[in-house]
Amino acid sequence: MTEVRFGQAINRALADAMAQDSSVILLGEDVGESGGPFGVTRGLLKRFGAERVRDTPISEAAIVGAAVGAAMTGLRPVVEIMFMDFVTLAMDALVNQAAKARFMFGGQVSVPMVVRMPHGGGINAGPQHSQCLEAWLAHVPGLKVVCPSNVEDAYALVRAAIADDDPVIVIENKALYATKGELPEPASAVLIGRARIARAGKDVTIVTYGAMVPVSLAAASVLEKEGVDVEVLDLRSLQPWDETAVLESLSRTHRLVVCHEAVEAFGVGAEIVARLADTGFDELDGPLLRVGAPFMPPPFAKSLEDWYRPDAGRIIAAVKRAIA
Amino acid sequence: MALGQVSGQILGQIKPSGAELLRLYAEMRLIREVEQRLSVLFGDGEIPGFIHLSIGQEAVAVGIAAALKPHDTLASNHRGHGHALAKGLDVSRFFLEIMGRSEGYCGGRGGSMHVADVSVGMLGANGIVGAGLPIAVGSALAHQLRRTGGIACVFFGDGALAEGALHESFNLAALWQLPILLVCENNGWSEFSPASRQLATEPAKLAGTFKIPAERVDGNDVIAVRAAAIAAVESIRAGSGPVLIECATTRVRGHFEGDPQKYRDAGEFEEIDRKDPIKRAEEALRAIGVADADIAAADDAARRRVDDAVAKARAGTAPAPAAALADVYSPKTAGTHP
Repeated sequence: MTEVRFGQAINRALADAMAQDSSVILLGEDVGESGGPFGVTRGLLKRFGAERVRDTPISEAAIVGAAVGAAMTGLRPVVEIMFMDFVTLAMDALVNQAAKARFMFGGQVSVPMVVRMPHGGGINAGPQHSQCLEAWLAHVPGLKVVCPSNVEDAYALVRAAIADDDPVIVIENKALYATKGELPEPASAVLIGRARIARAGKDVTIVTYGAMVPVSLAAASVLEKEGVDVEVLDLRSLQPWDETAVLESLSRTHRLVVCHEAVEAFGVGAEIVARLADTGFDELDGPLLRVGAPFMPPPFAKSLEDWYRPDAGRIIAAVKRAIA
Repeated sequence: MALGQVSGQILGQIKPSGAELLRLYAEMRLIREVEQRLSVLFGDGEIPGFIHLSIGQEAVAVGIAAALKPHDTLASNHRGHGHALAKGLDVSRFFLEIMGRSEGYCGGRGGSMHVADVSVGMLGANGIVGAGLPIAVGSALAHQLRRTGGIACVFFGDGALAEGALHESFNLAALWQLPILLVCENNGWSEFSPASRQLATEPAKLAGTFKIPAERVDGNDVIAVRAAAIAAVESIRAGSGPVLIECATTRVRGHFEGDPQKYRDAGEFEEIDRKDPIKRAEEALRAIGVADADIAAADDAARRRVDDAVAKARAGTAPAPAAALADVYSPKTAGTHP
């Protein structure tokens, strides 16, 4: 075991995949010389060379579109979109090309590509650099979407994404890049689509992912002192999401809250509670609740952003409603 | 290496032999026969959805494909029947797909706008204007990094010149000196609008902005298109980066089948017969003494192949809904998504 930061775990996953498979290449704005805006690709240009670690122009549509063509013809490209907000510029390549190629060509091709993108607030980056848009991508048949919450999963999910034969979106919460954790040696991939129990409990289940996992764990610690035993389920993968694990947890606790940093309306939480209102109906002893950001763009000023992002207090309030 | 120099040097050497010209003629004849039959089948309600025909533009597809090798890759657009057939797709499986049968190239999932055969490097027609460009750029990058010796080729219309993805792709292709042939089929119409209302510059000037060598050819002259393509492909394979060929051509049919084309002047149609690339190839064949019987044999062969393909397609089966979810994801993970 070694202690590394979240960003370093991703760096190591990229390096290990590139060392193992010469068809893995990196594309992105400033991923080479400067090592990426959050330093995730630092050192990879030197180790693997400019052919495979490619600084691209500021051309999201062409970079992601080129990844589709490269993936269809023998490479396994990993693209970095500097901020998730910029994925708007690459939506044709993702939605109409990458997601559909296998299906619309009758299974003739695989599109083994990865698009990494940081989401989330906490650095006062304002309305166009802080959004959590994962629900858009999870809504598109053909795409897979993962979102790690810790060092071990960051490594494991990036390795799994690169090994996967379908296009996989890896969403990295900016607030997690500097967090530290233990990385097992050798570290390994994980199956995409499997949730993880981050904290076992018997009174209520919080289903969450990404940066809201540590916030939910903090809320659980507070609630423990008040005699409420919270189970925190870390989804890890949003498309597909682990309905079996959520149902199993619900069958133990009978109460459920979904929490994410993205706006609450039409989000990942909406899909989960809608499914459980059907498949989990007989297990429910309380309302299915969601905690998310208010329905507004992420604001800039610190006072506003602090208020905007879901925190332990909002989660605690929701849990208390769920068990009331 | 400027394209003008290359083509000037070797243009004389790349005049097709009589046999080669007859082959080019036969290919164009086949594409024309296919699309005329598609028009009839569409009118009779045997083809669902909508189709875009390239009648009048056959010399572009055939002339360019004559310079490509089987392992070269090709990204096409919505008006892509000719590109697909010229790259070597089987006529029967092509009809099976366009008529929505499970034995078609894509199992009936794609139809006219998504015909693909990756085994011959045909990476798909495309329903999104300009979207083939980044895909071809990526495939060119794969050729370059994997040292395949192959090149990528992309067909796009003049309408795509206004798309941002095209500008980004030109830049990337030039910046990275990728092995890619950019083919602009300039038929003067962007859907229902003339080029004069669509683009503030010209294709070659746009390419020049990115320092991409460009050549404009008569896209209705298969000999000229082939010559330009051979010269361009030689330069690209030698590692000199992308080349643009602008093929001035004629869209005979509407943007889609069923488009009454009320926006076009009657005078434009009077010229169409004179410009017909197949008639011009036929004249060229006669001029070098190819026998009428050989030309007629090519015409008959095209008709028979299409008759046979349509019969097979009619006998094909409708895809079963029970299998509809296959291929949304890799079989390794299918079934885990809600």
